[in-house]
Amino acid sequence: MAVGTQYLAEQPRLRTSSMVLGLIAIAALLAAPFFFYPVMLMSVLCFALFACAFNLLIGYVGLLSFGHAAFFGGAAYFTAHAAKVWGLEPLTSILIGVAGAAVMGLIIGFVAIRRQGIYFAMITLALSQMFAFICLQVPFTHGEDGIQGVPRGNLLGLIDLNQPLAMYYVTLAIFLFGFFAIWRIVNSPFGNILKAIRENERRAVSLGYRVDRYKLGAFVMSAALAGLAGGTKAIVFQFATLTDVQWQMSGEVILMTLLGGIGTMIGPIVGAGLVIALQNYLAASDFPVTVLIGIIFVICVLLFRRGIVGEIIELMRRKSKDAS
Amino acid sequence: MSSAPLLEVRGLNAWYGESHVLHGVDLDIREGETVTLLGRNGAGKTTTLRAIMGILRRREGVIRLRGKDILGLPLHRVAQAGIGYVPEERGIFASLNVSENLMLPPTVSDGGMSVDEIYTLFPNLYERRSSQGTKLSGGEQQMLAIARVLRTGARFILLDEPTEGLAPVIVQRIGDVLVALKKRGMTILLVEQNFRFAKKVADRFYLMEDGRMVNSFPGHELDARMDELHEVLGV
Amino acid sequence: MSTIFGVPAPALYGQILIGLINGSFYAMLSLGLAVIFGLLRVINFAHGAQYMLGAFAAYLLLTYTGIGYWPALVLAPLIVGAIAVLIERFMLSRLYGIDPLYGLLLTFGLALILEGAFRHWFGAAGQPYAAPPQLTGALNLGFMFMPIYRGWVVVASLVVCIGTWLLIEKTRLGAYLRSATENATLVQAFGVNVPLLLTLTYGLGAALAALAGVLAAPIYQVSPLMGTNLIIIVFAVVVVGGMGSILGAIVTGYMLGVLEGLTKVFYPEASSIVIFVVMAIVLLVRPAGLFGREE
Repeated sequence: MAVGTQYLAEQPRLRTSSMVLGLIAIAALLAAPFFFYPVMLMSVLCFALFACAFNLLIGYVGLLSFGHAAFFGGAAYFTAHAAKVWGLEPLTSILIGVAGAAVMGLIIGFVAIRRQGIYFAMITLALSQMFAFICLQVPFTHGEDGIQGVPRGNLLGLIDLNQPLAMYYVTLAIFLFGFFAIWRIVNSPFGNILKAIRENERRAVSLGYRVDRYKLGAFVMSAALAGLAGGTKAIVFQFATLTDVQWQMSGEVILMTLLGGIGTMIGPIVGAGLVIALQNYLAASDFPVTVLIGIIFVICVLLFRRGIVGEIIELMRRKSKDAS
Repeated sequence: MSSAPLLEVRGLNAWYGESHVLHGVDLDIREGETVTLLGRNGAGKTTTLRAIMGILRRREGVIRLRGKDILGLPLHRVAQAGIGYVPEERGIFASLNVSENLMLPPTVSDGGMSVDEIYTLFPNLYERRSSQGTKLSGGEQQMLAIARVLRTGARFILLDEPTEGLAPVIVQRIGDVLVALKKRGMTILLVEQNFRFAKKVADRFYLMEDGRMVNSFPGHELDARMDELHEVLGV
Repeated sequence: MSTIFGVPAPALYGQILIGLINGSFYAMLSLGLAVIFGLLRVINFAHGAQYMLGAFAAYLLLTYTGIGYWPALVLAPLIVGAIAVLIERFMLSRLYGIDPLYGLLLTFGLALILEGAFRHWFGAAGQPYAAPPQLTGALNLGFMFMPIYRGWVVVASLVVCIGTWLLIEKTRLGAYLRSATENATLVQAFGVNVPLLLTLTYGLGAALAALAGVLAAPIYQVSPLMGTNLIIIVFAVVVVGGMGSILGAIVTGYMLGVLEGLTKVFYPEASSIVIFVVMAIVLLVRPAGLFGREE
C-alpha cells in the first residue's frame, strides 16, 4: 500500500519533469543545425538511433548481440540499391532497407536464440561476419567500392532532400519516430514481459510465456530499427560500403551503448554523440581511433559499467534515498 | 580445561548478500573434542561451518584457530591452516575419477593417513578407484568426501550432515569411522539432524535457532533434554 | 593427370593440406579458448590479438636482436604469457562473479588496443618472416610435393594439442583445473590457491595462442589484422564443438579446417562462409554443439 501511494505521488512529477526535458531536447535538436554542421548532426542521429535499437536488446532483454552491424550495414545496402538502381523515392527505399533488416533479423535471430549469454554474442558475431563475407562477394554491393552516389531524391516527391536543412529535419523526424517506437515497446505489456525474461528467464518459462518467441520478436524489432538507422544513413551520406557491415561497427555500437548506459533510454544517444565527436576530433590528429575505442571499452568495463547516464541516475537515486 | 580452545568463535555475524544470517555466534572447541551443532533446517548450522571456513565471505567477529585469527585469511589459507572441510553436498567432482578425487586436496601438514591406510579403511573406494567420482553410490561418495580430507593431515574436520539420505547400514559405517577418527585424536565439528548418530560420537552439543546459539550441553545430557530438543527442533 | 570428382588430384591434396594447416590453427586457438572459458568463464576476445602478438614477438626478436625462429618458439609464448598474467591480475580478476559478458567486452577492448597500436606502428600490410633453414624445401610424398614447413606445422600443432590434453587429463595441475572448472570455491576450500590457478590458466591460454602465432608467422605474413579475423572463425569452431570438451575443441578445429579446404576445391565461392554455415546447421540440429553438454 505504502509503495503504491508513493508510486502514484511520484509518477506525475517524474512524467512532467521528463516531458519538460524532452521538449527542451527537441527544441535544441530543431535549433541545432544553425550552430553545428548538419552532416555531423545527422551522423550522430543515425548512430544514436542505431545504438537505441541495439540497446532495446541488451538493455531490456539482456541479450548482447555482437552482430548488429549486419542489420545496420545490410539495410544501408538495400536502401542504397533501391534508391540508386531502382530509382525509388527515398522513404520507400529506407522502408525497403528496414524490411530487409527485419528479414535478416528473423533468420539470424532464429539461429542465435538457441543459445544464451556469451554464446549468443559469439553466434551473432559469427553470423554477421558471414554476412560481411557475402557482401564482399555478391555483385550488387560492388565489393570493396560499395554503392556510391546514391541519390537523396525528393521525399514523397515533394521535398528535395539535397537541401541540407530538409535532409536534417527528415533525419530528425526519423530518429524521433524510432526513439518513440522503442519507448513504446519498452513500456508496453510486451516490454514488461521482456524485462521479466531478462530478470529471470526460468520463471518466465514457468509462468507459461513462450520465451523464445518474445526474444525473437525483440530481436527482429531491434534489427528493423537498426535497419531504419542504416537505411537513413545511406540516404544522408549517399553511399553504402563494407565498413558498415563489419565487426568493428558492431563493436562501436556496443561501445556507444555501454559508454552512455545500457538499459537507459537516453544513454545510447549520449554515447553515440560522444563517440562520433571523439572520432571527428581524432580524425585530424595522428592518434589511432581504434586504440582510443579500445581504451574507452576497458575503462567503461572496469570503472563504470552503468555508463555515464546510468551513473547519473544511480547518483540521483542515492541522493533522493538519503533525503527521504 | 585450562588450555586455550582449538577453535574459538566470538560474536560471529555473517550475511548472505543483504540478509543477515548469523547473529553473534559463540563457539569453542577443544583439541580432540567432537562437537555437534543441532537445529532446524535454516537455523544456521551449515552457514556456521561455511563462515568458519571462509566460504561465506561477508563476516564480522572473531574466529581463532589455535589462537591465530583466521577470519581475514583467503579461503585456501584457512584450509592450509589445518581445517578439513566435508561439505553437505559432498562435493565429489564428476570430471575426476575416485583416485583423483582422493588425491585432489593438497597436504596441509604431516601425519595424514596414507593412501594405503585409507583404502584399508574404505575397501569399496579401492575397488572403484578408476570409476568416475559421481558414479559412486551416495554412501560411497560420503566415504570418499571424508577420506579425501583425512589424507591431507588436517587434524580438525568440519563435517556437514554426513548421514543425510543414507541407508542405516551406511550410517552405521560412518559412525564407526568417526569413532576411529576420535581415537586418533581428531577434532570434529559436526552438523547433524540424526540424534542417535550424533549421540554416539558427540562430546558436546550446541543448539542453534535463527542464526543464534541458544544452548549448549555435554553429550551425556542428550537423553534428559529430549523434550526440550523436540520443542526447539519441532520433531 | 588423375582427377577426383573432376578435380585434379594434386589440387585436391594441396587444398586438403592447406585445410589441415588452417585446422591446426583453429584447433590450437579453440583449445586455448576452451581452457580459459572452462575455468575463468571468460570468452577471451583478445585471443586473436595474443596470437598476433606471438607472431610479432618472433618478427621483432628477429629484426631487432637477431634471435631466430627456434628460440622465438619459446620466448614469444613466455613474453605474451607474462603480459596475459598482468592482464588477468589487474583487470580480468575484477570481473569474476559478474555477468561474463563484461569479460568478453574487456578483452574485446584489449584486442582493439593491441590491433590498433600495431597497425599504427607497422601499417596494415604484412611483414614477411622466413621459415628456419632446417625446414625449408619440399618433400616428395609420391602423390604430391609438400613444403616441409607446412608438414612441420601440422605435426607441431598435433604435439601441442595432445600435450595440452595430457596436461589437463593426466596431471595433478590438470586435476586442479578440471575440479575448479566444476566448483572453484570447494577446490579453494581444500587449500588450493585458486586465484593463482586462474592467473596461470589465462597465462597458459595466451601463451598457447602466441605459440600458434609464431608457427603461423612463416606461412601467413605477420600482420596486425591476422588475429581478429581468425578469432571470429574460431568462435564459430568453438560453438560447433561445444566448449565442454577439450578433445572436442581439437577435433572440431581440424575437421572444419579440412572441410574449408575441400570447399575451396569444389565450390570456392563458399569457402569463406562454410564454417559459419556449419555453425548455423549445428545450432539448429544440436544447439549444445557436437561435443557439448546442454547447460
